[in-house]
Amino acid sequence: MRTKDVTAHVDEKMPPTAAKPVLSVCSLSVDYVAPPKPAAHAVQDVSFDLGRGEVLGLVGESGCGKSTLALALMRLLPPAGRIVNGSVRLQDIELLDLDEARMASLRWSQIAMVFQGAMNALNPVRAVGDQIAEAIRQHDRTIGKAATVRRVDELLELVGIAANRRTQYPFQYSGGMRQRAMIAMALACNPAVIVADEPTTALDVMIQAQILDLLSRLRRELGLAIILVTHDLGIVAEICDRVLVMYGGVTAEYAPVDLAFNAPRHPYTQALLHAFPDPDHPQAKLNSIPGAPPRLDALPPGCRFAPRCPQAMERCQQAAPALYALPDDQFASCFLVEDTAEDRRGSLDHG
Amino acid sequence: MESSHPGGLTATMRNFSRNRMGMVGLAMLLLAIALAVFAPVIAPYDPAKPPRATIMDIYLPPSAEHPFGTDDAGQDVLTNFLYGARVSLMVGFFASFIAVAIGGVMGLSAGFIGGRTDNILMRFTDIMLVIPDLPLAVVIVALTKPSLWVIVLVIGLLGWTSTARLIRSQTLSVKQRRFVTRARAVGAGNFYIIRRHILPLVLPLLVVNTVLVISLAILNESTLSFLGLGDPTAPSWGQMLNFAFTRGAMSAGGWWALLAPGIGIVWVVLACTLIGQGLEQVLNPRLASHNLSSTKQMILRPPRTQSQHAPQAPDQA
Amino acid sequence: MASPLVAVRNLRTLFPVGAHSVFRAPATFVHAVDDVTFDIDEGEALALVGESGCGKSTLALTLLGLERPTTGSIDFAGQEMTALKGSELKAARRNMQMIFQDPYESLNPLMRVGEIVAEPLIVHKLANARSDREARVRAALEAAGLKPPEVYLERYPYQLSGGQRQRVAIAAALVLEPRLLLADEPVSMLDVSIRAEIINLLAELKQTRKISILFITHDLGTVTAVADRIAVMYLGRIVELGRTADVLTQPRHPYTKALLSVTPAPNPRLRKERIILKGETPDPTRLPGGCRFAPRCPVAQPLCLASDPPLTALETGHTAACHFG
Repeated sequence: MRTKDVTAHVDEKMPPTAAKPVLSVCSLSVDYVAPPKPAAHAVQDVSFDLGRGEVLGLVGESGCGKSTLALALMRLLPPAGRIVNGSVRLQDIELLDLDEARMASLRWSQIAMVFQGAMNALNPVRAVGDQIAEAIRQHDRTIGKAATVRRVDELLELVGIAANRRTQYPFQYSGGMRQRAMIAMALACNPAVIVADEPTTALDVMIQAQILDLLSRLRRELGLAIILVTHDLGIVAEICDRVLVMYGGVTAEYAPVDLAFNAPRHPYTQALLHAFPDPDHPQAKLNSIPGAPPRLDALPPGCRFAPRCPQAMERCQQAAPALYALPDDQFASCFLVEDTAEDRRGSLDHG
Repeated sequence: MESSHPGGLTATMRNFSRNRMGMVGLAMLLLAIALAVFAPVIAPYDPAKPPRATIMDIYLPPSAEHPFGTDDAGQDVLTNFLYGARVSLMVGFFASFIAVAIGGVMGLSAGFIGGRTDNILMRFTDIMLVIPDLPLAVVIVALTKPSLWVIVLVIGLLGWTSTARLIRSQTLSVKQRRFVTRARAVGAGNFYIIRRHILPLVLPLLVVNTVLVISLAILNESTLSFLGLGDPTAPSWGQMLNFAFTRGAMSAGGWWALLAPGIGIVWVVLACTLIGQGLEQVLNPRLASHNLSSTKQMILRPPRTQSQHAPQAPDQA
Repeated sequence: MASPLVAVRNLRTLFPVGAHSVFRAPATFVHAVDDVTFDIDEGEALALVGESGCGKSTLALTLLGLERPTTGSIDFAGQEMTALKGSELKAARRNMQMIFQDPYESLNPLMRVGEIVAEPLIVHKLANARSDREARVRAALEAAGLKPPEVYLERYPYQLSGGQRQRVAIAAALVLEPRLLLADEPVSMLDVSIRAEIINLLAELKQTRKISILFITHDLGTVTAVADRIAVMYLGRIVELGRTADVLTQPRHPYTKALLSVTPAPNPRLRKERIILKGETPDPTRLPGGCRFAPRCPVAQPLCLASDPPLTALETGHTAACHFG
């Protein structure tokens, strides 16, 4: 199966495959190694499924491993990064088994990424249209010149930029338009999955709303699966279907968005929600989370959240809780949910 | 305990001491300086009182008596080489000091004051930049009485342009950083801001630049001397080359008379380049590469066989 | 009624655009701040909300005297700021301090925390005795929540987290014991959990020290916990001004309504109809003739294109500049 031509999958994804996930990540673990220092466990044993047209929110404070996870999916880790365990299956292809040449052909054409602050990543001395055209030709060398221009116009229109701005340069675009252009570039080869790392940070709320609106339209119209990396729960509440809350490199909670916000089971998720200002209750004191996330090279022995957790017990200091499966597709790694858990998985001892 | 910030001068120097290439360059330069300083001790002869030379002493090949051979006048090449190092290095240091001082002040004021001052200073710099240095230097030195200090002055006054441009752009970028606006908002004056906020961030770059300007100045001095415009009372390496070249060293087979000063120049220039590159690596740690091509390194997980467990279906039921 | 700490009247800051030389006067101006009037009371927090390019940061810089206003007056604690120069301006500035958006950029990376916080004292030649200065630096660090101060004095900014850096910036502002804090997007670069800490700190400073705060932001969500009143700014003008609860629950200007609708609610059940304005803030050199918001306004009428609505009082302390407010 693995030797099958990659391009065949483009057609395969067109019929809706509701049951089968587009992207399936299982027990993924990433270390940062910089001898002689001990390895930093940036991501440990993270699993999730992403269906067609689904938006997954990857949430956590800075340094919780969410960006590392995103980069590992793309196999774009910095030099010290090592994928030490797990599997990443993109439409039946095991990405971690591919050699770099095959991965390079899949990257962008099947799984594309919009980077944080991407709008500043455009080449300032080349027309935006040319830069998108280059992304197209990179993966389809047979495409003709006229067809490329047609495709660029199509992409620009898709992200809400008038086609006549194709020949303009990045400085003639506003910040929001540059971010749209970057999304157009990510869409150039019809990928099945887009990983968007903080796509609206540093943008105004109105522009942020425009970008979020664009992303939800793309998933509706193209069936695009989106992984949205963010620290802003407000964005998650706006457009995500499922949420994966990360803390100290592990999954704290993985749940449908409504449950995560209205019946959160992990104390960290609860604390994050309490720290969020509520426009309906102005002047109310916000609850901050005292302390700071753990350093990934010096993790506490027990539960990683225990040092900051208001409900921490004796037991939490000694052993790390497994990720317990709860009713309604909710998962939480906390001893408090052990009683109601249907099952456990994702503990470090499994194969 | 961390005692300084990675971007500062002290930390730059400390990191530099771990840079192999830079340390090799520094050792090479220190050796050259030591030879120059201790020339009277090391040199087998006194250049002021040369031994009486006959026609038989001209272009003698290297021997125990003359380790580097003798030159066209029957003088010991090693002695001239050691004393020439003094002249060449001195010209290099003094001229680059002048160049860096002018360039630094020009760059700082143009970048910091901005507006019309910047415009005038930079147009002037551009004019200096397009005038070919060497011909102008040749004309000036030829018109004055050849003296070491004239050469130092000419090289210094013509060599500041690249420094000015570099320092200006660094000043501009530091000036636009938020902490400068914050200092202004606090009420700090221009002089305070330059001294406390701009200069510390410009300084490491200035040091790198100085090292490169030194090698350039030594090269320029050699060129002028080779063209016969050197100070005859202070023979430098360039002048040794000039004498050897114009007085038939090659036809007489006395290659050693050319080799010693040539190696000396290359040695010092190479030393400065290595130091400069080492410093640059320390200041620009982002030169580190990406490991996209080395897949085997990135993925270290144990090989997996068709493990098809989805999160919804716990694998340890 | 006591007079307000800050009284801004008809303030206008224009920037010339394009090539201007000695020989030619500039033809066009950016109306960065255009006819703005507001007060801030002692111990009051006013939020200034708007998109980037609406002039809110220029307004702060004008208050500080870093930009010269074209016309209008700024009365600060009974002193006319626009008339001050040199040492007088410097002395008046002591009472108003600014906190910037990016705590990674606004601290000099080569200075230790102790030096950064002491800098305002050195610049203003205050507390010249070493022991006196150290005591005030420690007090400021404690007031900013960096306890115990000894831990932080010798550190460099890169050794601190984002939240700690912003606290250092706040400590450096507090060390002069100012009466007004200008906070320009102080939390927008920070994680949500740390935002809460910084916002709570500002609210606490307001209550315990009676410091007035001008809180500048593009995100209505972040100001609810600290602001007493909200001023919404669009293209250099204040289009709505009122008590926080009034503006949030009964917005009168269509722009405020749109901003509120796109501010993410903290719950997926509260997903609401978003009023997404097309495009971005128009070019401030070419202002539309009538209402400035008309070209993007979802409910604009012919009248709006013809005449510019003034800021009118609707009820006590609530004003809006809309013909149909």
